[in-house]
Amino acid sequence: METKIDSMELVYAKPETLTDTPMHYCPGCGHGVAHKILMEVIDEMGITENTIGVAPVGCSVFAYMYMNVDMQEAAHGRASAAATGIKRVLPDKFVFSYQGDGDLAAIGTAETIHTVNRGENILMVFINNGIYGMTGGQMAPTSLAGMKTSTSPYGRDCATMGTPIKMTELIANLPGAYYVTRQSVHTPAAVRKLKKAIKASFEAQKQKKGTCFIEIVSNCPSGWKMTPLESNDWMEKNMFPYYTPGDIKVPQEMK
Amino acid sequence: MSIQHDESPKLMKGNEALAEAAIRANMQAYFGYPITPQSEILEYLTEQVPKRSKAVVLQAESEVASINMIYGAGGAGARVMTSSSSPGFSLMQEGISYIAAAEIPCLLVNVQRGGPGLGTIQPAQGDYFQATKGGGHGDYHIIVLAPNSVQEMADFVFEGFRLAEEYRMPALILADGAIGQMMEKVYLPKEGSLPFTQHDWATTGKPKSRERNFITSLHMEPDKMESVNLHLQDKYRKLRKEERYELFKVKDADIILVAFGLTARVCTKVMDLANEKGLRVGVVRPITLYPFPSDIIASLATPNRVFLTVEMNSGQMVEDVRLAVNGKSPVYFRGRMGGMIPTPEDILLEVEALAEKHNLIQV
Amino acid sequence: MITGTVIIATEICKGCELCIASCPQNSLALSSSINRKGYRYAELVLDNCTGCINCALVCPDSAITVYRQAKPAKRASSPSLSAQTA
Repeated sequence: METKIDSMELVYAKPETLTDTPMHYCPGCGHGVAHKILMEVIDEMGITENTIGVAPVGCSVFAYMYMNVDMQEAAHGRASAAATGIKRVLPDKFVFSYQGDGDLAAIGTAETIHTVNRGENILMVFINNGIYGMTGGQMAPTSLAGMKTSTSPYGRDCATMGTPIKMTELIANLPGAYYVTRQSVHTPAAVRKLKKAIKASFEAQKQKKGTCFIEIVSNCPSGWKMTPLESNDWMEKNMFPYYTPGDIKVPQEMK
Repeated sequence: MSIQHDESPKLMKGNEALAEAAIRANMQAYFGYPITPQSEILEYLTEQVPKRSKAVVLQAESEVASINMIYGAGGAGARVMTSSSSPGFSLMQEGISYIAAAEIPCLLVNVQRGGPGLGTIQPAQGDYFQATKGGGHGDYHIIVLAPNSVQEMADFVFEGFRLAEEYRMPALILADGAIGQMMEKVYLPKEGSLPFTQHDWATTGKPKSRERNFITSLHMEPDKMESVNLHLQDKYRKLRKEERYELFKVKDADIILVAFGLTARVCTKVMDLANEKGLRVGVVRPITLYPFPSDIIASLATPNRVFLTVEMNSGQMVEDVRLAVNGKSPVYFRGRMGGMIPTPEDILLEVEALAEKHNLIQV
Repeated sequence: MITGTVIIATEICKGCELCIASCPQNSLALSSSINRKGYRYAELVLDNCTGCINCALVCPDSAITVYRQAKPAKRASSPSLSAQTA
């Protein structure tokens, strides 16, 4: 299609805080959208110069290649400890960690719980796609009951492998958690809601309210062995009944 | 670096002197977890810092969390320190590997206790290999300073921060339970006498005037990874000029005792006792265990000399002594383990036996 | 009627089709040709785009830039259009 744009106004472009490096993520992966929206909020709030991010080990280990803010790449599971270190010495900066389910809800469980319990003034972004994507589709702590992965080839047997952990509900019980919500990025409406949640979290961080925690239920087309569209459909039908999107803990003053 | 000291001394525990020195060195953040025999460091800091400075002192949920908080805060450009004892220090090894790879300066303290496993809370030197050979995964080293007095527990805080920041790498004070717990006279370093410069590589928030800073240890392309490895090795070569040691009567010695930390104090006593008996005994005390003062030991190695390395372990530093001596002198080892401290009398018997075996003339 | 258009960075596009599914106007489809990475890429196939930005919001690779017919009052303040090219 040939369309003239000279008479039009720009209404949406990649945020400046996202680098031009093409992302390594598989086609249709939710990480890309989550990265973009996070950076978009930072752009719009004008806090690029005052934000430090922490990338995890997992698929988003290269997040620092895409996010054009000062970043640290932490050891597996330790992103929230590193973020604590940064925030404690730079209390007036905005700090976020970006972690997957293996990182945040398996190997880093202790760090996650205690970071939130201390009410560290950071934003923790938790991508839950129920699988270890980077290492090739192994079972995650959040893999659904019966879910087949490369290390649960007959399906996750909860009797021997544990039940999928609802980390977000778990940490919502801690007094240090200020705002806890579960979001997704698979539809335009979901993306708009996530954007509001991220913005609210940074606003809360500015006021030193405590830990803001956003779970993003996402897909893993490669790990789930589906097309991107199939994976989003599967996510709605299978992940959402267990990991239901919506706010889990909202302080009175934010309502 | 010449450290300025108070004019009058104080009587302090090693651990407390170290903690006090950290405050005076303008440490900006401490993250740690209690473990005997070093908990006084965390206790002292949690008591003193709120009254005296704006530094962060945080009791973390584990040593694993502590060292990763060090990664974060050090990466953000702050002067940071953590401390632990052997089992806890093992837990930090993963983080130290990342910190060494990402070139984050920080000061680490290991007040050693006996091992392996949960071991004992009594003093030992069983973590020499872990401290000097890397400790965690991958090719790296950290600076290792071995104090043998409460004075050095304080001084090495300043020295450790300086070296860590100059070389952009972790520096470790490798003490032991006895040095940490004992009380001695100490002239404390003066507050504010250690300069601090802002690091341009730190993640402090990206102004428009520069590219983003990122702290990472991940390099997927082998050629890039190797260039990082070569850079680190080059840095370790440059670090050799920081080798430090102390020599006692080695010039005319027939028997040279080599010992670090607490056992070096035992060995200087042995030297005096042996000298009284007419045996020509000297002592080499490595102060930097990494970089190890190999050259001075090599220069002392001759066929008519005998080396005896004394350690509170099963024989760890002795391997580095043998490498330095390189077959030019016989090298013996005498050690105690399990929290036992060798007595001067024990070592003297060993020295006398060696003198007899090697027909070393009594003058 | 509001009209809009999109510019798709076809070399960045991985052909995941999320934009196609999110387009209320069905304006987008996969190309018949492939880009240098070997992906069929999204392209505008109908001229009924309203510039609603749905496609761009769900694009994981930030490959879509959206333009919309300026409202008469705002026209003078149009930002630069040099940002993205296909």
